[in-house]
Amino acid sequence: MSLNIVVLAKQVPDTRNVGKDAMKADGTINRAALPAIFNPEDLNALEQALRLKEQHPGSTVGMLTMGLPSAGEIIRQGLYRGADTGWLLTDRGFAGADTLATSYALATAIKKIGNVDIVIGGRQAIDGDTAQVGPQVAQKLGLNQVTYAEEILKIENGKATIRRHIDGGVETVEAPLPVVVTVNGSAAPCRPCNAKLVMKYKYATCPMERKGDEPWADLYNERPYLTLNQWSVADIDADPAQCGMSGSPTKVKNVVNIVFQAKESKTLTGSDADVESLVQELLNDKIIG
Amino acid sequence: MNNVIVYCEIEGTTVAEVSQELLTKGRKLATELGVDLDAVVAGTGIKGKVEEQILPYGVDKLFVFDAEGLFPYTSAPHTDILVNLFKEENPQICLMGATVIGRDLGPRVSSSLTSGLTADCTELEIGDYDDVRTKQHYDNLLYQIRPAFGGNIVATIVNPEHRPQMATVRSGVMQKALYEGKAKGEVVYPEVAKYVPETDFVVKVLDRHVEAAKHNLKGAAIVVAGGYGVGSKEAFDQLFVLAKELHGEVGASRAAVDAGWVDHDRQVGQTGVTVHPKVYIACGISGQIQHIAGMQDAGIIISINTDPDAPINKIADYVIVGSVEEVVPKLIKYYKQNSK
Repeated sequence: MSLNIVVLAKQVPDTRNVGKDAMKADGTINRAALPAIFNPEDLNALEQALRLKEQHPGSTVGMLTMGLPSAGEIIRQGLYRGADTGWLLTDRGFAGADTLATSYALATAIKKIGNVDIVIGGRQAIDGDTAQVGPQVAQKLGLNQVTYAEEILKIENGKATIRRHIDGGVETVEAPLPVVVTVNGSAAPCRPCNAKLVMKYKYATCPMERKGDEPWADLYNERPYLTLNQWSVADIDADPAQCGMSGSPTKVKNVVNIVFQAKESKTLTGSDADVESLVQELLNDKIIG
Repeated sequence: MNNVIVYCEIEGTTVAEVSQELLTKGRKLATELGVDLDAVVAGTGIKGKVEEQILPYGVDKLFVFDAEGLFPYTSAPHTDILVNLFKEENPQICLMGATVIGRDLGPRVSSSLTSGLTADCTELEIGDYDDVRTKQHYDNLLYQIRPAFGGNIVATIVNPEHRPQMATVRSGVMQKALYEGKAKGEVVYPEVAKYVPETDFVVKVLDRHVEAAKHNLKGAAIVVAGGYGVGSKEAFDQLFVLAKELHGEVGASRAAVDAGWVDHDRQVGQTGVTVHPKVYIACGISGQIQHIAGMQDAGIIISINTDPDAPINKIADYVIVGSVEEVVPKLIKYYKQNSK
């Protein structure tokens, strides 16, 4: 059977490679020092989706993301690897969303997309590490969920068989479609971009990404596939009260920059004499031994 | 009503250690708030086997849901147990382990009840909150404290309006202790079918392999941990040699795990294992707060780093400025020479 697959993906600041310049002197985050990237586990999710597309002829893969207009890049990165379409939720009304408001927006968009067989996202995003959005989307859609998936083994007779990571081991579960799956980082890595697809889609943008003076602006009239879907709160018939900041039960009370309680430390070199005297000191003090 | 409730996770008929740690924390929060500590556990054939693993931590009322199909865990039945129980009991705080189960169940429950959930908290406290926008004052909220944004900041999260205030906490972050005060210790066995419709049992677990932990990193007295600065898989293997000599365990930062030098289950930090060793030897670890959150209680911290200004050096007792590749073999050599 052909499958209608939606991939949930997020553009995130690359918090894994935070250097010393990540924080400004005033204690705020220096966003310019953190490049925006495709959330790593969402790439694992995309790979699972593309494999299903190959196994089930006639299937389609659509990228669903929410963020600033620049998050159109997430859709392009999907198209470069073999996705068919995408939707960017972008609106001031979505801003400041916690996981609950985010999942409301995504679930509402999935309803609008309609007839989705399988929703696949990364287990969690590296900027928050919460792992909440997948299960919350599933709950809001009234669907089953399989989290921490390592491989979608097969889809047959309306049921997905999935191997998933659990604490201390693995298990294989069978879940009826439609189902929401979140994919663990231990799953297969995503395939690289396909050069032909990069050529085809490199100018694909959401309307809000455009300045209007692009030398290739005429292409947008000739090639409708270069205009990516961009949806506002109103476009998906969402309740504004459940979106963004107003739809978020959690509030940030305060944020503090980390200040380590500095200890008086003894500094040594890596010389033989220094290392040996340290070992002897630790042994004499019965700290090791 | 208005109590603190802890979801207790099980493997077969054994209650998870993280749940007992949360019962201990939950007891303190409940006492501070002047309310009861409740607990809920769901499984198959657990009646008479789990109560004594839960009640001694100061539980006033324990709800035991025992029926076919509740073990192994699947999302829907456990979600409905909590959602329907919470509608009756209206707890103000719900705690669960930030385990695979807790992180599958917590968000599903929070979404059903439209209540806020904070993942992977490293501290939980009770305090007041003033909403600057609405000018409203709230007493006795749960402060859910966690590193955020790649560990560069620590955020305190509150849920002013919605109940329960939900939080997950990793194993080892809180310390378990039997309760010395007097708790009511009541146990009830609700009828599962009243909480869980038959349609919840649609996801089938076909096959399941759980192995006992391969190491005891969490309880190790000496931890030799490596980060990205170790430089290579070969150099990382030297840490195992040193750990073996010292009768310790090997830990790692996320960067070393991401580099593929060591298994994920050895990751120390907010999203990994929290350790409380006597000695922590940090090799080539710069010291992001998420990592430090998992090892800051170590007795003696030794940092080996080429960068004398690495953040971790600020909390270290000994700083060896040098490369891991060079220093670790020397530590092994001089330990062998001097320990006999």
